[in-house]
Amino acid sequence: MSLRGQNLLTLNGVSASTIVEVLDTAESFVEVNQRTIKKVPALKGRVVASLFFEESTRTRLSFETAAKRLGADVVSLAVASSSVKKGESLRDTIATIDALGLDAVVLRHKSSGAAVQVSRFVPDVRVINAGDGLHQHPTQGLLDVFTVREILAERQGALGSETGAELFKGLKVLIVGDIRHSRVARSDIAAYSALGAEVRVAAPGTLLPNDLTGWPVTVVTDFDEALAWADVVGLLRLQHERGTGAFVPSLSEFTFTYGLTAERMASMDPRTIVLHPGPMNRGVEIDSLVADRENAYMTRQVANGVPVRMAVLYLSVAGTKELE
Amino acid sequence: MKIEEPRQDRIRGLAFFAKSQLLTSDDVARAMKRMAHEIIERNQGVTGLVLVGLQRGGVPIAERLGALLADIAGEAVRVAALDVAFYRDDIETTPLKESSLTTLSGDLTGATVILVDDVLFTGRTIRAALLALSDWGRPAAIQLATLVDRGHRELPIRPDFVGKNLPTSLNESVQATLDGVWLGTKEAS
Amino acid sequence: MTILIRNGLVVGPTGTQVTDLLIRDGVIAEVGTGLSAAGAEVIDATGCWVGPAFVDIHTHLREPGREAAETIESGANAGVLGGYGALVAMPNTEPALDNVALVSYVLAQGAKTRLDVAVAGAITVGRHGTALAPIAEMAALGVRLFTDDGTGVQNPALMRRALEYTAPLGVRLAQHCEDEALAGGGSMNEGAVSARLGLIGRPALAEELMVMRDIELLRLTGGRLHFLHLSTARSLALVNEARAQGLDVTSEIAPHHFTLSEEACEGFDSLFKVHPPLRTSSDVLALRGALLDGTVDAVATDHAPHTPELKDLPFDEAPAGMLNLEHAASLTFDVLRDNPVGFFNVLSRGPARIAQLRREDHRVGLSAHGGALSVGEDANIVIFNPNETWRVDKHQLASRATNTPYHGRELHGRVRSTIVRGSLVVNEGELQ
Repeated sequence: MSLRGQNLLTLNGVSASTIVEVLDTAESFVEVNQRTIKKVPALKGRVVASLFFEESTRTRLSFETAAKRLGADVVSLAVASSSVKKGESLRDTIATIDALGLDAVVLRHKSSGAAVQVSRFVPDVRVINAGDGLHQHPTQGLLDVFTVREILAERQGALGSETGAELFKGLKVLIVGDIRHSRVARSDIAAYSALGAEVRVAAPGTLLPNDLTGWPVTVVTDFDEALAWADVVGLLRLQHERGTGAFVPSLSEFTFTYGLTAERMASMDPRTIVLHPGPMNRGVEIDSLVADRENAYMTRQVANGVPVRMAVLYLSVAGTKELE
Repeated sequence: MKIEEPRQDRIRGLAFFAKSQLLTSDDVARAMKRMAHEIIERNQGVTGLVLVGLQRGGVPIAERLGALLADIAGEAVRVAALDVAFYRDDIETTPLKESSLTTLSGDLTGATVILVDDVLFTGRTIRAALLALSDWGRPAAIQLATLVDRGHRELPIRPDFVGKNLPTSLNESVQATLDGVWLGTKEAS
Repeated sequence: MTILIRNGLVVGPTGTQVTDLLIRDGVIAEVGTGLSAAGAEVIDATGCWVGPAFVDIHTHLREPGREAAETIESGANAGVLGGYGALVAMPNTEPALDNVALVSYVLAQGAKTRLDVAVAGAITVGRHGTALAPIAEMAALGVRLFTDDGTGVQNPALMRRALEYTAPLGVRLAQHCEDEALAGGGSMNEGAVSARLGLIGRPALAEELMVMRDIELLRLTGGRLHFLHLSTARSLALVNEARAQGLDVTSEIAPHHFTLSEEACEGFDSLFKVHPPLRTSSDVLALRGALLDGTVDAVATDHAPHTPELKDLPFDEAPAGMLNLEHAASLTFDVLRDNPVGFFNVLSRGPARIAQLRREDHRVGLSAHGGALSVGEDANIVIFNPNETWRVDKHQLASRATNTPYHGRELHGRVRSTIVRGSLVVNEGELQ
């Protein structure tokens, strides 16, 4: 089912064709972002509210830029400057802003499922999940696969949109780090596996989900062997603020076992694509020098954030619901 | 040559059914040669011309026209593609078209832009193209070339160069390519 | 008031018979066929089950402290509509019911309602789990059940002391079994669903470990222990084994734990958030099996009203608990539709024994419940129509709150009339 006219709450259960449609649309927006006037009127007259109950300057700016480059009006609520206290219901906050006549809400919240709940409060408003607790971060998953497709297509001298999902068939993807607490991991795993990649995960025992039933992944215990196997390595950040620190004896022990150190990077195939959703804990999950190497595509990921989010907003908000 | 149904028709389960062929590929070739001469006459050559083909149907027309102009004038003519999907005024009511690439780049200030499309109908695609072009600077002039003009304008837009004038009724449909022009209907496929 | 119940299936402790019941001056005056009485309110109970009014040993009445969600009066109204003649009010009010002043307050308010309200006192002061509350003083007011429900007593040494202290007092402790160190922070069952949804889980072992612990403490100290809202197959098995070994243990299960499973949380709707959480479908089957083979002593509602603002909070922040008084009987009937004796055992007779509300318990200020329906007993009776289906409408409930997870759902079997202390308080589904 297409994203047109639909909320984007999760990548779990989303089909390959839906993902490819977003990626192809994002490619058009990459071109828009290269123009002198980086704006199209597709969402002119629409109001997009950016509600970030959990601070994230990078993601919020990325979404707001995307909405503005589509010609939408943006209403912004960053929690530090609002009167939202713990205990004030989401419903009240949304209702206050809804009085302005919202077309879409981009929501980030520390509670898993917050975006799903909000979508029930305002069924006529399109809800885009910008990260809800440990649950999902769909646009991060989409921009990660977009970046991988873009790089692999470039190596073949082609455009990503010419390849559909072909480049992902059998692609070897390794996701490393705090899988248990990571919404990026859940979204990435859903996206890569829907597109046909083979996904393996590596993490300390305490940072794997308690139950992997139904997850389309294989758990690997030999991290170095997995690095040699992988075409794509997705690093996850250690979530200090969610108490990840209590799950491992020390950060240096984490780096020793599962960090992308300079030594490990040196022995990896230079064509292996290394990704990280940011912000990086330099020296923990990735060595500082390593982070700036050529096959570390983090800046590409950040750059791709705007066109991918433009594609999501365009399809979700401008599109009408279609039955396919 | 059967061309792929545009996405918004596939969504609605519609396909083009040809009833009659009005122009053969030779007819089209002759018409386009004439248009090329008209363009050169009107603009006194090809200097400063930029052909902008509108995705999707207008792009091959623009490319052929550009080649014809280059042949006649003996100098290369710049051709680019423009996707106006993001500029349409009916975004809320019709299913979104598939977006395709825009290869137009640089500043068009001072250039003479010739918009090229396959079929001119209500004029709304051209309105969107005019809106889009304003993001590339301020052309000295914008002209419109279309392979077929089928009438039923909803906006005050008129073509400068026409391959064939084709009066149609609203429930008819027109397909115009380098291989020919067909009149038909859109029906459930 | 004189009431004549005609031609119903009267359900005794071991069998049933179609017969008439005549109620006069608050007691059952006559039992037999073809009865008549002048000036009596006659209820034709053909096709209905007639049994002792239900007894809920686990109700949260929210007064004092959270009257916006429920008061003693509104909870009692919900109770009689659900077929209940007696409720035991849980002590996790604000402040907690840990002293005679507050217990007296609730008993006094309860005396003004349509049914009998008994009180469960807290085991520890403030329910903080550190110091014993004045249990003997509360027992002197008639309190027979003590619990810190909402949470369990985490410290095993304190739980041991509580069991030793209460053993000679003839009262029963009741435990909410969940080890906070293992379960704390979790908002649903720990398992495949919680892993996929990214919700911290409350593992089944957090409940089962405390059940094991308390069984062993009981074995050490002697005394009486009731296990609140057991939710897993293993918990039930542990308690059954302890009972077989001669320990004085009783158990209750809540309707949501034998009706809903953890998949209900997939939409992140906090109406399905409860402690202990909804478990796996095999646990649900095991609990239904326990009802069928009679190995669980009671169905208790764990009726937990919450205002909509609180339930609208994100899933991990929202308070746990759901309404139950008005549909517990129907949900129980869904399992026991062929077993009216078992139905009244778990809804009335079993709970009455656990809460010491029977005739032989000689409660002062409260009438006797869970009787055999013989002449001379206090007339606490419910008429249940097994043939009626009804749709739950959260706006039509007597409860002040609306947090029922069954809104819009069709349920089978419905309470038709409720008689408390010989008064017809509910007739044809309406408060009288």
